[in-house]
Amino acid sequence: MKLPKIPLADWIEWLEGWLETNLEPLFGFIRVVVGETVNGLEAALSWFPAIVLILLFTLLAWFIGKWKMALFTLIGLFVIENLGYWSQTMQTLALVLTAAFISVLIGVPTGILCARYNSIQKIVTPVLDFMQTMPAFVYLLPAVTFFSLGVVPGVISSIIFAIPPTIRLTNLGIRQVPEELVEAADAFGSTPAQKLFKLQLPIAKPTIMAGINQTIMLSLSMVVIASMIGAQGVGAYVYRAVTQGNTGVGFEAGLAIVILAIILDRLTQQVIRKTNTA
Amino acid sequence: MAIIEAKRLTKIFGADPKKAIPLLDKGWSKDKIFAETKLTVGVNQADFAIEAGQIFVIMGLSGSGKSTLVRLLNRLIEPTSGQVLFNGTDVLRMSPEQLRQFRRKNVGMVFQKFALFPHRTVIQNIEYGLEVQGIDKKKRREMAMESLELVGLKGWENSYPDQLSGGMQQRVGLARGLANDPDVLLMDEAFSALDPLIRKDMQDELLELQAKMKKTIVFITHDLNEALRIGDQIALMKDGSIVQIGSPEEILMQPANKYVERFVEDVDLSKVLTASHVMVKAETITIEKGPRVALQFMRDRGISSLYVVDKMMRLLGVITADDAVHAIKNGLKLEEAMQREAPSAVPETLLHELFELMSNSKFPVSVIDQSGRLKGIVIKGAVLAALSGNTVLEAGERHETA
Repeated sequence: MKLPKIPLADWIEWLEGWLETNLEPLFGFIRVVVGETVNGLEAALSWFPAIVLILLFTLLAWFIGKWKMALFTLIGLFVIENLGYWSQTMQTLALVLTAAFISVLIGVPTGILCARYNSIQKIVTPVLDFMQTMPAFVYLLPAVTFFSLGVVPGVISSIIFAIPPTIRLTNLGIRQVPEELVEAADAFGSTPAQKLFKLQLPIAKPTIMAGINQTIMLSLSMVVIASMIGAQGVGAYVYRAVTQGNTGVGFEAGLAIVILAIILDRLTQQVIRKTNTA
Repeated sequence: MAIIEAKRLTKIFGADPKKAIPLLDKGWSKDKIFAETKLTVGVNQADFAIEAGQIFVIMGLSGSGKSTLVRLLNRLIEPTSGQVLFNGTDVLRMSPEQLRQFRRKNVGMVFQKFALFPHRTVIQNIEYGLEVQGIDKKKRREMAMESLELVGLKGWENSYPDQLSGGMQQRVGLARGLANDPDVLLMDEAFSALDPLIRKDMQDELLELQAKMKKTIVFITHDLNEALRIGDQIALMKDGSIVQIGSPEEILMQPANKYVERFVEDVDLSKVLTASHVMVKAETITIEKGPRVALQFMRDRGISSLYVVDKMMRLLGVITADDAVHAIKNGLKLEEAMQREAPSAVPETLLHELFELMSNSKFPVSVIDQSGRLKGIVIKGAVLAALSGNTVLEAGERHETA
């Protein structure tokens, strides 16, 4: 006997339609906030002449890291500028930073709640598993339905893809604070908030920073996929090169992403190392 | 009045712990309750009262429930039933806010593994308890510095805990516990992680601090020698129950049952008992009397020497029968005939320190208090009797009838 097929696809489509009609004000609000954030950031980044920004980033790298990192930043960004991907790279940077920023804004508090309440952790963990393993392309469709084409659905799907490490590692970092320290904080009469801010978060900071680093890297890896639904930036060049079979352009644009990724990764790694030794 | 009182204080671990309470009332053992219900008895109906200014030691082997018991006192572990009274107020009925105030103002705690906050400097660790109370920065820094000086770590305030040795870390732990000037200090195996020499130093310092600050201290340890050394009262625990409560002497000399007896049998009594435990009354004569009186006195009592004292009972010397005979022949006064070189000790001297004094002298060791008054003498027979486990009282009596 053959069981009838579960009409899962129909249900999902129905749910999508229902959300679209009933939550439109919320989606509209998100569209405006996210859109304005990306645009603002992008405008700020492109307001400076490329040379000024390159020097600023180099200086930043020099302050946070060592001269090697500053040198790499200087050369890497000059290569991007020279290849003619500067403004696109800044668009991508704006998208990545916005996605990472919102991920941290949502992810750290969620991680704290997970660490505090086992019941929340039990719900959140499978949701995170789902978000990380469901192919990222699948998010694109509802993202476009709810937020239309452009940079906003790109940011939203980047957040969905990139937020899990921040939540997981915030949760883990707080849970790894040694039991005896938590007990000591309790024994001296700390409120839950004092315990969180004076003990748990400072001790969990390196772990949380590792999560944020992962989140930034993952959202960068989404830029090409996001370009499929109209997000501008260097990812769009890669996508176009792929569809047109243009290996040279694809490599150039891909290299710009790699350089950006290395700079962002080393900068955040260095911040982690500093919080570790402090 | 007792500052802390525990009444039938009980902690059961496991699901639905209340189930085990009636079983404990029936007198079931910890093992039987676990076998039947899968519930673990942490603390079984503990009853005790701690007087203000006492060092109250809770002692037991690992798993006896002593660390659980101390955490019930400030509710780091929530008791299953019973009462904890702090100056008559039931700690178990406190609201979360009242409990926080109680922990902030009335009880300090020192932990076995120090539990210092690694991201804070020494001084920031010490002022943590003051910081959570909302005391302003300048004032709390002052108070923390005082506490730091008390434990002898001035100059280390800006170091991080991992730059300090174990002994120093625990001093910081102690300073943190004392910083808010609590009425009660809970010390959970505070010295157990330190090596023996440092441990002894810390015990000495704790006793010194205690003499100065008159804190009530609840001290947890698995080390009987430590318990005997610092405890005013000792509660001995086994399987979650308090087996015996008493002074160190009571625990040693009158063990309540076979378990306590076995526990204390390996104790080196010579390092626990002091001169005041074994001394007996000295036969004395005042300095104005003559040698004839002294000799008569010795004959009457069948002894061979007398302790010469002034009217204030201050020890001046010893006169033997031979000395007295010699004095009578040569017309000397008592003062001229007595020997001044008699060995003496203070009442707190430990027996093992007395051994050497005794072996080098033909006289018993005299016990003299701080103002020079003769309190008694220590004779070899009483020391041996005490070391062999007889009570001090018996040892004393044996001498007097001898």
